[in-house]
This record gives sequence, C-alpha cells and structure tokens, in this order.
Amino acid sequence: MSTAHLVSSLEGEDRTQPGYTGEEHHELSFIRKYVFSTDHKVIGKQFLFLSLFFLVVGGALAGMMRWQLGFPGQPMPGGGIFPDTMAPGGIILPEFYNSLVTMHGTIMVFFAIMPLLVGVFGNLLIPLQIGAPDMAFPRLNMASFWLAVPAGIVMLAGFLVEGGAAGAGWTSYAPLSTSSEWTGVYLGQQLWVASLIIMGFSSLTGAVNYITTVINMRAPGMTWFRIPLPTWSLFITAILILLAIPILTGGLIMLLFDQTIGTTFFIPAGSGEPLLWQHIFWFFGHPEVYILILPAMGIVSEVLACRARKPIFGYHAMVLAMISIAFLGWIVWGHHMFQSGMNPMLGTTFMISTVVIAVPSAIKTFNWLGTLWRGDIHFDTPMLHALSFVSMFIIGGLSGIFMASAPVDMYIHDTYFIVAHLHYVLFGGSLFGIFAGITFWFPKMFGRMMGEGLGKIHFGLTFIFYNMVFFPMHNLGVQGMMRRIYDPNEYEFLQPLQEMNTFISISVFLLVATQFLFAFNFFWSMFKGRQAPANPWNSNTLEWTVPSPPPHGNFAVMPTVYRGPYEYSSPEVEADFYPQNQPPPQADA
Amino acid sequence: MNWSWMLPETVSTYGPAIDQMYYVILVITGVVFFLTEGILIAFLILYRHKEGRKAAYIHGSTKAEVIWTVTPFLIVMWIALASKSSWDLVKNPANFPADAMQLVVTAKQYEWNVTYAGADGRIGTADDFTVRNQLHVPVNRAIRVNLRAEDVIHSFFLPDFRLKQDAIPGKEIPVWFEATRTGEFTLGCAELCGLGHYRMKGTVYVHTEADFQSWAASRAEEQQQ
Repeated sequence: MSTAHLVSSLEGEDRTQPGYTGEEHHELSFIRKYVFSTDHKVIGKQFLFLSLFFLVVGGALAGMMRWQLGFPGQPMPGGGIFPDTMAPGGIILPEFYNSLVTMHGTIMVFFAIMPLLVGVFGNLLIPLQIGAPDMAFPRLNMASFWLAVPAGIVMLAGFLVEGGAAGAGWTSYAPLSTSSEWTGVYLGQQLWVASLIIMGFSSLTGAVNYITTVINMRAPGMTWFRIPLPTWSLFITAILILLAIPILTGGLIMLLFDQTIGTTFFIPAGSGEPLLWQHIFWFFGHPEVYILILPAMGIVSEVLACRARKPIFGYHAMVLAMISIAFLGWIVWGHHMFQSGMNPMLGTTFMISTVVIAVPSAIKTFNWLGTLWRGDIHFDTPMLHALSFVSMFIIGGLSGIFMASAPVDMYIHDTYFIVAHLHYVLFGGSLFGIFAGITFWFPKMFGRMMGEGLGKIHFGLTFIFYNMVFFPMHNLGVQGMMRRIYDPNEYEFLQPLQEMNTFISISVFLLVATQFLFAFNFFWSMFKGRQAPANPWNSNTLEWTVPSPPPHGNFAVMPTVYRGPYEYSSPEVEADFYPQNQPPPQADA
Repeated sequence: MNWSWMLPETVSTYGPAIDQMYYVILVITGVVFFLTEGILIAFLILYRHKEGRKAAYIHGSTKAEVIWTVTPFLIVMWIALASKSSWDLVKNPANFPADAMQLVVTAKQYEWNVTYAGADGRIGTADDFTVRNQLHVPVNRAIRVNLRAEDVIHSFFLPDFRLKQDAIPGKEIPVWFEATRTGEFTLGCAELCGLGHYRMKGTVYVHTEADFQSWAASRAEEQQQ
C-alpha cells in the first residue's frame, strides 16, 4: 500500500465513495507475497508457523526436563545424540537441566504463547474485525515478524555455544545471571539477553501498529462498544506491551552491561542492588502475565457467545474488567517478591492489591457462565477448547489466592504449587484459548475446515493428559517440593514423591504425543480439508462477511456497522445470528 | 501416590496459624470450585443444542454484575486482612521475640554455614564457631537467624517450620522461628542458585535445652583447640 493510499484509507475517504471496489490487485513476486509480505493475514500466518515451531521446541525441552524428574539419573531414550557437556550417555547433567528449565520457560512465554496470541490473532483479527483493509503501518508489521525471527535464532543459538544455553531461570535473577563464575554459562546467558532485547522491539512495533489501527481504522459505525471482544482484548494487551516491554528492555540492557562491560547495577560487590533486577523484572512481569491471558479471554468470549448462540453476558462488564486488569496489573508485582527480602510492610500492601485483581477475573468467569445460561450450546472443537479454558482458568485463578496470602506463600513460594498454578493459567488458560482460536479461525485463515472428529479426539486427550500432568503438581507443592530441583531425591522428605513424579512424567509424554494429532489435523486440513464457506459458524463479526480466506485488502466494499458483535438469537431476525453489517429491516423500507 | 491436600506436620510456634490460613483458603476456594464447575457442567447439560431450541436473547444484568463484583471483593479482602497478622508476626522484625537466641546463617554455593555466638553469647567475637549444613537449635526457644549470602541469592527454606526467606548478597535479613518439638528436619534452598542448587541442603537438629548446651559446649571446645 502506498503512503498516499495509507493516508486516504486512514481518513476513510475514497473507500466510502460509491464505485470503490476494494484494493486494486497488484501482482507480487513470491518473495513479496509470502516472505517479506506486508499483508496482515500473511504476517499472522508467518507468526503462526514460527510460534507453533517454538511451541514444539518448548514442549521438547519440557519433555527432557520431565524425563530427569520421572527417571532421575537414567539415560534418556535417544539421549545419545547430546554432547557430553549436556547429557553424557543420555544422562542429563545438572547444568543442562538448568538450561532446560530456563529455556522452556523463556521460549514458551516469549516465543510461543505471546506471539501465538498477539502476533497471530492480533494480525489476523484486528483489521478484519474492525473492517479495515490492513494494519495502519504494514511495513512496520513486516518488521515486527522479521525481528522475531533473528530473536528466535539468537535464543536457540545458546544451545550451540560453549557453556550451553542460559541457566539462571526464565526470571534470570541477578547476581546469578550476571557472571559465568556462578552459572557456569558463558555466552549463552548474554545471547538470552540479546534475544529478548530484539524480541522486545518486535513486540513494540506490533503494539504500536495494533493501537493505531484500532483507534484510526474502524469502519463507519464501529463504535468502541461495538468492537468484538478479541479486538478489545488485543487493543488493551497492545497498550500493556507498549508500556511494559521498554521496562524489561531497560533492565536487560543493564544486565547485559553487568555481564559484559563491568557495570554493577545488580552486583552488591560493586554496591549494586540484586533486588533492583527483581523489581524491574516483575514490574514488567506482572503486566506480562496479563498480556499472556487477556487475548485468550477475548478469543474465548467470542467462541462462547457464537457457539452458545447467545449475546455475551455483560459486554460492558467484560470490557471494564479487562481495563481494570490492565490498571491493577501495574501495582501487584511485589507478590512475586514476598519472600525476597523487600520490606515486609510492602508485603501487606501488595497482598491487598493482589487480592483485588482477583475480582475482575471473577467477573469475567461469572459472565462466561451467564453467557452459557439459557443458551443453545453447540459442542464444536473450538467450543470444547473454550469451555475447558473457563473450567481450567477457574482452577488457576483459585490456586492464585493461596499465593496472594503472604504467610501461606511463605510455605508454597517456589514450590510445585506455583508450577501447577502458572500452568493452569498459561496452559489451561492461554493454550486452550489458543487452540480454541486456531480451530475457530482456521477456516478464515486457510479457506478449509479443520477435521472435526480428529479435533475432538485431540481435545479430549489433551484435556485428560493435561490434568494428569498439572493437577498432581499441587500435591507435590503441598508436600513442599521445590521447583527447579534437578533431583528431588537428594532430599529425604521428597523421596516418597518419586512415584507421583514418574506418573506426571509419563503423562507429559502422552500429552506431547497427543499434539501430533493436532499437527496432523492442522496440515492435512490445510490441503485436504473441506472447502470453508465465508461464515461456517454463523457468526456476526465482520471477518465472516468476506470470503475464506479474505482477498488482499479484505473488504470489497467498506462495511458499515449497525450493531454490536453478539446479537445472537435476536427477535428482530429469523436466523439466530445478525451480522454486524446487515442493515436493519427498516432501512429496506 | 499422595493426593492429599493436607499439609505435613508443622513444628514451629507460628506454623499452626499459617496452616490454618491455608485451610481457610482451601475451604473457600474448594466451595467456589465445586459451585462454579458444577454450574458450568449443569449449564452444558441443560442448554445443549436441540433441534428448534433458540437461545434466550439476554444481554446481561446489572444486579448480577454488582453481586458477583461485591461478593468476591469482600471475600478476598477478608482473606488479605486475615493473613496480615501471621505475616507481621513472622516477617516484621519489630514483632520478633526480644530474648531470641542469635545465629548467623551464611549461604553460599552450595552450602549453609551456621555461626554460633560461643561462650560469650555474642556474635562477631573470637569464640564464635561455625558449622556447615547443620542448624542446631534448642526446643521451645525463639531463634533469630540473621541471613547472609556470599555470592548469589539463595532461599532459606524450613518446610516443617513453614519458613522461607531469600538470602541476598550484600544484605543481612533477620528471620525467626521457635521449634515446638525435638527431632531432625530439613533445611533446603528454594531459589535457583546454580548447578548445585538441588543439593544445597542441610539438617535442622532440634535438641532439648540440656542437649543443646552440651552440644554447643563440645563444639566451642573443638573450636578452641
């Protein structure tokens, strides 16, 4: 899109003129069309493939970690391919285990969940749901993806350098992370920092784009309170990214300087302050937690309303709850640091702000239940994933209350209780939300339906194995098992837990194996699936008014929006859905 | 396999108050869990798709929003306020028992060094003695531990006492506990501190007052020689 064209479409002039027939069709080379594309839909798919690749990598790292915990000190099947610095004879070394822990967390958070939610659905949905031909800054959008690629390469390069990949945890607490003297990791720790700095710029360019697009490029009639909830959630998420990422980047640069040029921001020997890193990290890190869940909440709201054929219960409350999460998310970071040695008086303050942020999450949960109440519920694959999001998010939300109580946290902090909690939110929540989103919008992305039978089998097995993996982790935590422990059997009081650890590990292998069903279904459907109609789910939002997949420029005619996105089962029309751009009956008269 | 949600036995004076808070939260969240998941399952059965069914055209209810905003708010606020007293008791130095026995615990990769005052009862004098990975304390007496770290952050974790506190290099952080019975208990590191983190452990020996005195005396003697 030329600059002049961009400006005119921002103002929305030419596209409202009669006779406008959509974007003119340019012939593009393969490279411009599929590699260095500026089309938001192509970039969304690029992010999809990139982040699914990293999801596989993150899963493989988890599998190896669980091998060690399930079968400590035994050679990993196929582990002979690893060099002696990682796993001699297939037996995982403690330093390699620390790298697995660190890289699993980092990759899942920054290279799988975040790009899946923000990179994929932000790109795919925002322009389509607000009736725009593309993002406000298509080239910046392209830059966002092409910054994520080198960031990923630099992150993975850690495994190839001497000393191995970063091993100070995904939180990279200083001063451990500042010196190879303490971690035993050399370049890997610096590559970790460099990669996240690059990835931060990728997120920032994306965020600027989403915010501008939502503010400026909405179709006529698309008022703020007619915006579908996925786009609302992505808009709020983009604001959080814009404000949070620079804080992390600043901290990372300080950390890099401590590692390389002899500064001592976080090193007490040079009168630095180790807790400063934790404050910076969690001041970014808690908004990040909501960056990782808000878009999934938006996706789930969309799927629930559509598949229950019912207006979303409390649309305004849903939006306000997300906005209040976005505000409160900035004043709760200290609950990650209750036991860190910060002033205990602060513990009380953060305890109160932390329990308050449970309220908007409760509001959302009750509104989802309200949406199902007296609905007409269709159990399609996306709906099953969305429902399991709700039920698992309830568990993840409730288990959070234990940690919010600072004295109870004193016992369960840094135990498997936390590991259970965070996975109930990030896997039970975010990842089921992602599965709901991918299966729901797959037809729009690829023009074909995903296999429904295989989709349901994948859902059922994932749901069962997921719970077999993460539910018992609560029990491990209650028994006092610490996280990030290479071999719990070192502790006598943890030895009776070995059986449960083995059970969890076997469940992980089953959970990972189940994902091959999804991968098969995904690729098979992409080429062989049933041709998708424009609106397979009888949905109301604008992306379903254009062909599947939508053409370059999206809308042949600029849509006009007449109503909110969740007018299902409206008495005004015969059908049980009422698309946002369908003119009301009186307009015909 | 142990699927229990019951906490293991606690042997510190403040342990029961912390455990009680845990059980209160367990009951509250347990009730909410069964209620919400039950409603979810009931709705899925009651309102599953049937031929000719049309969903109700309802956009929400302000009354319901108010109820499910205010109720959770009051419950969680009560939990926070009810948690305050045991938090202050354990972590606020202003509330520490004044007559507590003083120790210094210095954490470093991958060991716990416990320094005792020796015969003069004062730390920082020539008759101090240090033992590695053993924390010997008398029963029924408050112990004040001044936590230090030499290299990176470690976390002083006494699961049976429900105590956890990070040790930060460059800082001295005081914590306290009082054992309610004699025995041997675990001292673990709960903060990733390097490749030997998993084996950074020690043992807490809780003695009777008399046993503790004779242990301390023999140690002090060894130190002299």
